[in-house]
Amino acid sequence: MSKKVWALICAGALVTGAAGCSSSDSGDSGDKVTLSYGIWDKNQKPAMEKIAQEFGRTHPGITVKVELTPGSKDYWTKLQTSAAGGSAPDVFWMNGPRVGLWASQGALLPLSDRIAKDGFDTSKFPASLNELYTLEGKQYGVPKDYDTVGLFYNKDLFDKAGVKYPDASWTWEDVRDAAKKLTDPEKGVYGIAAPAWSQEVYYNTIYQAGGHVISPDGRKSGFDDPATVEGLRFWVDIINKDKSSPTIQQLEDTDPIQMFQNGKVAMFSDGSYDAIAYNQTEGLNVDVAPLPSGPKGKGVIIHGLANVVYAKSEHPDEAWEFVKFLGGEQANRIQAETGTVIPAYDGLQDTWVKSMPKLRLQSFIDQVPDAVPYPRSMNTAVWSTKETELIAQAFAGTKDLDATAKELAAFMNDALAKE
Amino acid sequence: MERAAVEGAAARPATRTRLRDREWFWGYLMIAPLTLGLGVFYLWPVLQSVYYSFTEWTLFGDSSWVGLDNYATLLRDPEVGKALWNTFLVAAFGLLVIPVSIAVAALLNTRGLRLVSFYRTLYFLPVVTMPAAVALIWRWLYNGEYGLINYLLSLVGVTGRSWISDPSTALYAVMVVFVWTYLGYFTVIFMAGLQGIPGHLYEAAAIDGAGRFRQFFRITLPLLTPTVFFSGVLMVMYGLQMFDLLYLMFGKNSPAWADNKTIVLLFYNKAFEEGAKGYGAAIAVVLMAITLAITAVQFRLQRRWVHYA
Repeated sequence: MSKKVWALICAGALVTGAAGCSSSDSGDSGDKVTLSYGIWDKNQKPAMEKIAQEFGRTHPGITVKVELTPGSKDYWTKLQTSAAGGSAPDVFWMNGPRVGLWASQGALLPLSDRIAKDGFDTSKFPASLNELYTLEGKQYGVPKDYDTVGLFYNKDLFDKAGVKYPDASWTWEDVRDAAKKLTDPEKGVYGIAAPAWSQEVYYNTIYQAGGHVISPDGRKSGFDDPATVEGLRFWVDIINKDKSSPTIQQLEDTDPIQMFQNGKVAMFSDGSYDAIAYNQTEGLNVDVAPLPSGPKGKGVIIHGLANVVYAKSEHPDEAWEFVKFLGGEQANRIQAETGTVIPAYDGLQDTWVKSMPKLRLQSFIDQVPDAVPYPRSMNTAVWSTKETELIAQAFAGTKDLDATAKELAAFMNDALAKE
Repeated sequence: MERAAVEGAAARPATRTRLRDREWFWGYLMIAPLTLGLGVFYLWPVLQSVYYSFTEWTLFGDSSWVGLDNYATLLRDPEVGKALWNTFLVAAFGLLVIPVSIAVAALLNTRGLRLVSFYRTLYFLPVVTMPAAVALIWRWLYNGEYGLINYLLSLVGVTGRSWISDPSTALYAVMVVFVWTYLGYFTVIFMAGLQGIPGHLYEAAAIDGAGRFRQFFRITLPLLTPTVFFSGVLMVMYGLQMFDLLYLMFGKNSPAWADNKTIVLLFYNKAFEEGAKGYGAAIAVVLMAITLAITAVQFRLQRRWVHYA
């Protein structure tokens, strides 16, 4: 009766068996290893691919595939899910807000032993960046770059409005005055763009106002501090009182980066990592100045990425080789010369500054002494997701700023208590 | 078939069982692929979700039993109530697709209409277009400054707004797109429904002196009720599961997020962005219970208004 069925099953087994054989054959034929390298910034993809190519040239047995997930929010969601399923990339970008959670839950390969064994020189990186990626005495990441925030401005729009270019001496008032003068509703031109972005926009003014986002020990929210609220009010007033920025609604409809590139916005507070995009924008006469001082002086967020190895990588040795290469002089030089990011490697910052003669990139480096590390706690994502939602409403003017800040502080303290 | 088998069996009892066995075997073999697929990709995940809703997860896959904790949190979470309300709104609004697609189907069914298959394809296109593409195109259409919708409004002297970034209009703007994407699907279903109504009923009604309106309300509509019911059940389910359009159409930092999340979006937020997979599973289980309850009510009520010819 069932002869035919068995025949079918056997045939199936033969086919799959054959397939199995052939695939294992090709696996044995060489020692080729392919590593995946997870990144989130499309501006940096060309440089990362160039580095991967250089690495392949010096390490013939290893191929590196750069995997881009555009937008850091989607990147983390995807990475977290793939890590839970045991299939994250072998090497990937890590940031300060996330490293605590990832390292403490055993998703990252500790690198300290390998660093010591190979005599890898971490003193080439700023000590603060090494520390950022060290937990309980173990280093998990090799610093890749660092970034600060600057005030990009469109020189043509400034010239047309007859306004003096921003410089290091500018205060909040100077920015607001200039923004008002530069705004031309007829032409749809705004003085400045104030999206509800944390790192590039309101975190900086919070510290310039003498406030804080989170206590230094990472246990208490700073959003109930009146100074913090002042740092936020600066932007809320620019949008809703001065009307010299597009509304949050407009900025969500059309990306502020695009508005700035298209000459619809005269000033934009943005990270050093976006300099390359503005530099490459045709017809954009752009320069960059340090951020203004607030009521309590200067303040800028500094942050730096690191390259890490996935704990469950099938090729930890090859992955470490690649991370070492990424942390070496050659790879950092590529990052600097292409203008991609400020390299973490000592002595190459100047190379980056000179990579785009059009822009006064020194503005980013000059601010380092006033810099504040990126606010974080063990599980930053829980409260930062809520923060984005609430601050966006306050900036949109649909919710009262003081009440919003209080609500956020309460939520955040609650979340921090559970960490 | 069955009858023949039984008669044959009466004559020779020994073969009967073997034949039965054989039918059994082949029957199960035939449905095996589907059953396996459903089991592996639907049933098993459902059971797992229920199990996970009683656990708490670390970010990378370790879980521990917490009993009813997640459900207790859920009851106290104001976001859940808000998201449920939005979800019901979407589901209710989505039902608008039924009258609209009946109207379109009736128009396409007009005798003597040319290019019917062309129109049908046109209406059906959104159904087979990727949601991501649909969302992107509509994002442009709705753009506050450069969007086509506001341009058209400006021609008649109306100043539009940032439809999908404004918290007060965002959800409605997305619901319109939601209805639009399903319009073609239900139009095709209703066209089939209309064509299934026997022509002699209309002839008889015409002889009795019934006008077109009377014919529509006394013949067409009652005989379409099974299709309306089927569409209603489906559309409510699609509405309750609304995720992709919202996720793709709202900007990443949009002020619209806080008040316009649906329950599946909240689930995504919790389970994947914040990494609280146990809590996310609890939300999913609640959604499943609600969907089951609503569908059960729909089936109960149908006895009162659905006419099977």
